Amino acid sequence: MMTFIVAFLLTLGLAFTVQAETKSLMMATTTSTEDTGLLDYLMPQFEKDTGITLKWTATGTGKALKLGETCDVDVLLVHAPSAEKKFIESGFGKDRKEVMYNDFVIIGPEADPAGIKGKSLAETLTAVKDKQALFMSRGDDSGTHKTEQELWKKAGLQLPDKETWYVSTGQGMLATITVAQEKNGYTMTDRGTYIKYNSQNKGNAPLKILVEGDKNLLNQYSVLTLDPKHCPKAKYDLALEYLNWMASPKAQKLIADFLLVGEQLFFPNAK
Amino acid sequence: MDFIAEGFVKAVGLLINGDSSIWSAVLATLKVSACSLLISTGAGLPCGFMVGYFDFKGKKQLRTVLDTLLALPTVFIGLMVYAFISRQGILGDFGLLFNLSGIVIGLTILAFPVVTAITASTIEGIDPELKLTLVSLGAGKRHILFTCLWEVRYGILTAIVNAYGRVSTEVGIAMMIGGNIKYHTRTITTAIALETNKGMFADGIALGLVLITIAFLVNLSLSFLRKQ
Repeated sequence: MMTFIVAFLLTLGLAFTVQAETKSLMMATTTSTEDTGLLDYLMPQFEKDTGITLKWTATGTGKALKLGETCDVDVLLVHAPSAEKKFIESGFGKDRKEVMYNDFVIIGPEADPAGIKGKSLAETLTAVKDKQALFMSRGDDSGTHKTEQELWKKAGLQLPDKETWYVSTGQGMLATITVAQEKNGYTMTDRGTYIKYNSQNKGNAPLKILVEGDKNLLNQYSVLTLDPKHCPKAKYDLALEYLNWMASPKAQKLIADFLLVGEQLFFPNAK
Repeated sequence: MDFIAEGFVKAVGLLINGDSSIWSAVLATLKVSACSLLISTGAGLPCGFMVGYFDFKGKKQLRTVLDTLLALPTVFIGLMVYAFISRQGILGDFGLLFNLSGIVIGLTILAFPVVTAITASTIEGIDPELKLTLVSLGAGKRHILFTCLWEVRYGILTAIVNAYGRVSTEVGIAMMIGGNIKYHTRTITTAIALETNKGMFADGIALGLVLITIAFLVNLSLSFLRKQ
């Protein structure tokens, strides 16, 4: 009986894989590129230019890097520069190309109980800590979460992950913003998600952008290929083709032209 | 609250116009639930029969284990299956991860205890006289199996309906193993999770209503079987 089941499963597996075995590339990426619709917008043009079908799974950057480490995908589009560099140093990744950026903002209730509006980033985090104002953290090892953790360090503060006012939601960005809204707290979000959130509230969301423009709030996205020595089965050539396409003037212009609710969201910066 | 009403309106539109991404999610859901249901029923019915029909040492303990398996968390199944079918896992060479067939494996593990446990319970409820009659009439093993299963066909139908309910509404396995890839492994439930993450609550509700409609149709056809 068991052999029958195993045989059945394997035939099933083969039947499903064979049909997908054309020139296709599997990518792990972060939720922000999927949720904003950027990938849906870029993919048809990439397919037209290269004949490669791009498939992607959107998760947090932490898991995306893990999927690269276990060779379950061929290419990565992620946003956590220091984790990416470590990924390459560990021998998992080969090429890394910075392709675009957007930025993070600190949002909070209009009443601004900690008085952070317009302050610098270090002052902001210190004020939040001193006032013990509620601060929502993604807490899911995503690129946003990694950046936020680094910001506390850069501000010369200890990561407040044991404090009662520091709430780790363990959820996606929009869900975390919703928690912040319900609890009247602060959080850090990428601008794209905030624009969406604000437009859902007809441009008058209860949480407002209070701190923005600090250079530490830049959010750099990069394409990473996997090292063929570590992952011999990953499609390195196709991954490189994707990396070069994303850095090409044509794709860079497409990225610049991508609007969300009338606002530019990603700024191309491939060198 | 507005988005609930909006969701209803959208659901009707989705079902009538149905863009390709919706249909591909519906198709993926039907494929994985049908395959996993077929396999788990094929394996679960005989297993359930044996557990329910025969008396053997450790039967009670086995039932307890089976009943515990009914509570297997789906994300846990997803994680275990992932460990095996990841390219670094034992079954890594088959390319099952991020494929519908990978989801089928996970869902089969989910549905198998449901079919087995419910079948065993209904078999246990069979009139002992039937068993005696069958044996005294000199029926073969195969004959006894099929007669007993036929006798409890409604109970088996209940088992299948329950298993269907679990696999078609499952999201943890589909997300972890399938990866929610558009046009490939996106099922209705992972699509709902995505729309919710995007804040498109009305679209999420619309998709949920599509799923309920499918479940309704499936159960309608099963209840038709019951009348026959």
